[in-house]
Amino acid sequence: MELNDLASSSGEWLKGDGPESDIVISSRIRLARNLAHFPFISRATDSDRVDLEEVLRALITTIDTPQRLIYLNVGELEGLDRQFLVERQLISREHAESDGARGVAIQECEQYSVMINEEDHLRIQVMHSGLDLDAAWDRISHIDDTIESQTTYAFDDRLGFLTACPTNVGTGLRVSVMLHLPALVITNQIEKVFRSLQKISLAVRGLYGEGSQAMGDFYQISNQITLGRSEQELIKQVADVVPVMIDYERKARDFLIRESQQKLHDRVSRAYGILRTAQTISSEETMHLLSSVRMGVNLGLIHDVAIPTVNKLFIHTQPAHLQKIRGATLDTADRNIERASYLRRHLGRDGNSENN
Amino acid sequence: MKCQQCDKTATFHITELTGGKPQELHLCEDHARDYLAPTEEESTASIPALTGILAQQLAVGETAEELARLDQKSCPVCGITFLEFRKQGRLGCPHDYECFGKELEPLLVNIHGETTHTGKVPKTAPGNTHEKTRLIRLRREMKDAVRDEDYERACQLRDEIRQIEQGGSPPDQTSSPRE
Repeated sequence: MELNDLASSSGEWLKGDGPESDIVISSRIRLARNLAHFPFISRATDSDRVDLEEVLRALITTIDTPQRLIYLNVGELEGLDRQFLVERQLISREHAESDGARGVAIQECEQYSVMINEEDHLRIQVMHSGLDLDAAWDRISHIDDTIESQTTYAFDDRLGFLTACPTNVGTGLRVSVMLHLPALVITNQIEKVFRSLQKISLAVRGLYGEGSQAMGDFYQISNQITLGRSEQELIKQVADVVPVMIDYERKARDFLIRESQQKLHDRVSRAYGILRTAQTISSEETMHLLSSVRMGVNLGLIHDVAIPTVNKLFIHTQPAHLQKIRGATLDTADRNIERASYLRRHLGRDGNSENN
Repeated sequence: MKCQQCDKTATFHITELTGGKPQELHLCEDHARDYLAPTEEESTASIPALTGILAQQLAVGETAEELARLDQKSCPVCGITFLEFRKQGRLGCPHDYECFGKELEPLLVNIHGETTHTGKVPKTAPGNTHEKTRLIRLRREMKDAVRDEDYERACQLRDEIRQIEQGGSPPDQTSSPRE
């Protein structure tokens, strides 16, 4: 099955290459669009949603792409598969949990996906590994143009693209960059940094978007404003703060090495040790320890494991991924045992030869 | 040096620059974390709570009577009332931006600081948005007609919808020539 093909890879956003990829995990841009001749989703009847799904599905399959496009009827998927897509960041939690006709088209390399009947009729998102916002914009703008040439979007001359929620009106654009900031967390500077970002209207979220905790020290920085500025200005605002964040994180890492290299080396080694030997382990603890290991590899404190392997473990040890890879439904206790076993296999003596 | 708030060693030395003259703080790890954590006010401010902003805005300059009347106001196209929008924070159709334009204006200023789009514009200019929103209304009327078992009216509406969808204006409509 197609979904199972995805499970064995690690997807685009955790591939771990691209510029500044020791700190910048991925760049993401999404556009919210609605068709002019249908009500927004909150007022759409069941039959409206069925019509919308049909119309939009046909439109999306016209996107010219050298890669295959996989279309999934989200409403008909099993709970485990929906959770898998959320972990993969291909659909939102809201999309997984809502009702009615809805779907998602996923490019097979996972560089973009298009959700149908989420909060808006269309949510197009492009994800690139590392810091790569300009290329991501070119791609998403092209997809947007292709769809637009065959339909009429809800658009107002003064307010721009009309969206279900006034927080997205105008460009319908959300630009976000995911960063790995373990040293800022260890040195307790993270909250300060975020407060200063909020002052310039940038939002900070955890790994899985709004309301999620910053698991594994991953943070997403994105724009709050969508109206009154051009897409390029909004992208630049986020892009401009990324080098500053990278600089802060590098300084914090330098500080940790300078002030307490032994303490840091100890922390990293212990994390690695637990991951390689534990017999049962939760998802939270795994994320927390993998974060230390990831930083340890980037600082040259751990030599026998590669970053792409660590990145892959972040996603493969998530609950739904673990069950998809194992090919069985597991309860929490069994998942913790399976997770520990998976980690031992990939980080143990045998796993070290794996150069992914 | 000891932490200013307990007996542990102070490992964090913070210079606070806000509020006039610099203030020195010496704290242990635990107290530093507490100090650096955002206050409740700051953390809730991070994601603009739409309904909160709305409630705040409407509380200023509106009497209870005016508010009640405003809440009853509904969109002729999708039927959503302002009260429903206030409760769920989501609009019902594109026409709501026009219908509730006056009420939404201060909200948009609060969220975005601006009210005029300066970004990308569709290549195929949506010259007939009006006609499109008409479709939404017609579909709703058709559903109502079916519900009321007025099948003659429903058929009429269905034909009208089809005609617009296929790109031709219905005969009884005084619409501008199509591009």
